[in-house]
Amino acid sequence: MIEIKSIYKNFGRLAALTNINLNLLAGETIAMIGPNGSGKTTLIKTLLGLVIPDKGDVLFNNQSVLNQWQYRERIGYMPQIGRYPDNMRIGQIIDMMVDLRREKAGKTDLELMKSLGIDRILDKPMRTLSGGTRQKVSACLAFMFHPDVLILDEPTAGLDPLSSEILKEKIAREKERGRLIIITSHILSDLDDLVTEVVYMQDGLVKFHKKVEELQEQTGEMRLNKVMAVLMDPYYDPVMQ
Amino acid sequence: MQKITKYVLLDILRNRFMIAYTLLLLLISFSLFMLEDSTAKSLLGLMNVVLFIIPLVSLVFSTIYLYNAAEFVELMLSQPIRRRVLLTRMYGGLALSFFIAIFIGLGIPILLYATSVQGLLLVLAGTALSLIFSALALLASVITRDKARGIGVALLLWVYFAFVFDGLVLLLLFQFADYPLETPMIVLTMLNPVDLSRIFLLLQVDMAAMLGFTGAVFQKYFSGITGQLISAAVLLMWIFIPLWLSIRRFNKRDL
Repeated sequence: MIEIKSIYKNFGRLAALTNINLNLLAGETIAMIGPNGSGKTTLIKTLLGLVIPDKGDVLFNNQSVLNQWQYRERIGYMPQIGRYPDNMRIGQIIDMMVDLRREKAGKTDLELMKSLGIDRILDKPMRTLSGGTRQKVSACLAFMFHPDVLILDEPTAGLDPLSSEILKEKIAREKERGRLIIITSHILSDLDDLVTEVVYMQDGLVKFHKKVEELQEQTGEMRLNKVMAVLMDPYYDPVMQ
Repeated sequence: MQKITKYVLLDILRNRFMIAYTLLLLLISFSLFMLEDSTAKSLLGLMNVVLFIIPLVSLVFSTIYLYNAAEFVELMLSQPIRRRVLLTRMYGGLALSFFIAIFIGLGIPILLYATSVQGLLLVLAGTALSLIFSALALLASVITRDKARGIGVALLLWVYFAFVFDGLVLLLLFQFADYPLETPMIVLTMLNPVDLSRIFLLLQVDMAAMLGFTGAVFQKYFSGITGQLISAAVLLMWIFIPLWLSIRRFNKRDL
């Protein structure tokens, strides 16, 4: 569904992305894991066309996304830090989005808005919201238009345990519907039972892209944080296993 | 996608600064018309408002507004919206709100006290300068990421067009006093939208004498239909070239 072909991106002298090649298919739930500054967000922003690569191409359903915009109709994006116009109210932001996307009334997915309690605080101005509430608004907007692809950048960071659980259940339901879901997170325990693949990035490089079962087999561990701990162990030697 | 223009417009019209600007224009216009006994003099006074205050406010307000809209831009660009469309629609919202401010602040008093071709041209010149300087502000905000630097660039542009440019022209005039400079002067005027509007307006209120002997050349040039069309075209270029450069730059920018 999304094909990333030898993407390069430099910010000044810093190489943010170096020769990234990935093939992401519908139905997969991909965890993008890597230390801070490893290029996860830059890669996600490249998929969205927010960052323009120096070299390489991104194909969405076999069509290049460079200088394109229509394809974003099919993506729901939840940014790491949701930034919204301060003087607008939650309800206004949501109405504006529905208006801009020309979604017919009643066709939007309001499930998260109800379960996260956003529908009760529609008249709150954005500037008064806490980080967690902003995250909830971002989540509602990402899921609202039944996207084929969900890109969630640190979705559970800053959410309380209850909301985090609601969001995870929603992600699981969307996964059942065969969406392509890309999640970056540092909280690996949140990703257990959800993800089918792991993409590990470091210093702007994709170190590996493997199925979860494969990694579990390779390391002999079941839980994702254990798996990653084994893989990240400097003394770990895959040949010995 | 006119909706983006609508949202920007509604947002600006509620802005306290914009309301104050409109009221200030209204106050200046009414006091000029009430203080002076001849409407020609009032129009001349208003002309200075048009030539100095309008470019300054358009530049500074647009620059600050565009920097503060960074979140809005980011939100919009993760939606199915073309970058060019977003930028031009935002500019459209700014332009429309300046037009509304000028129409209320200048247009209505002129309609009440001095309904005339000169009055109409003054409103038109004010609108043109607003559009030009907000396009320049757009360019400044697209080129520099830093808000303080962007506003600095905007202010420098204003100082340049309002004062420095005239100084440079004077310097040139003295240096080449021995040569016939009338035609080069017209070309030089085209390089500054403020000067172009000033000369255009002065000639309309029959104040060509204030321009000295070059005034005669200007009179000949700007009163002809060709001259007027060329001036209008040049003013339009002053809107579209910065706009085009901003779009080009914005299309390649990372967010």
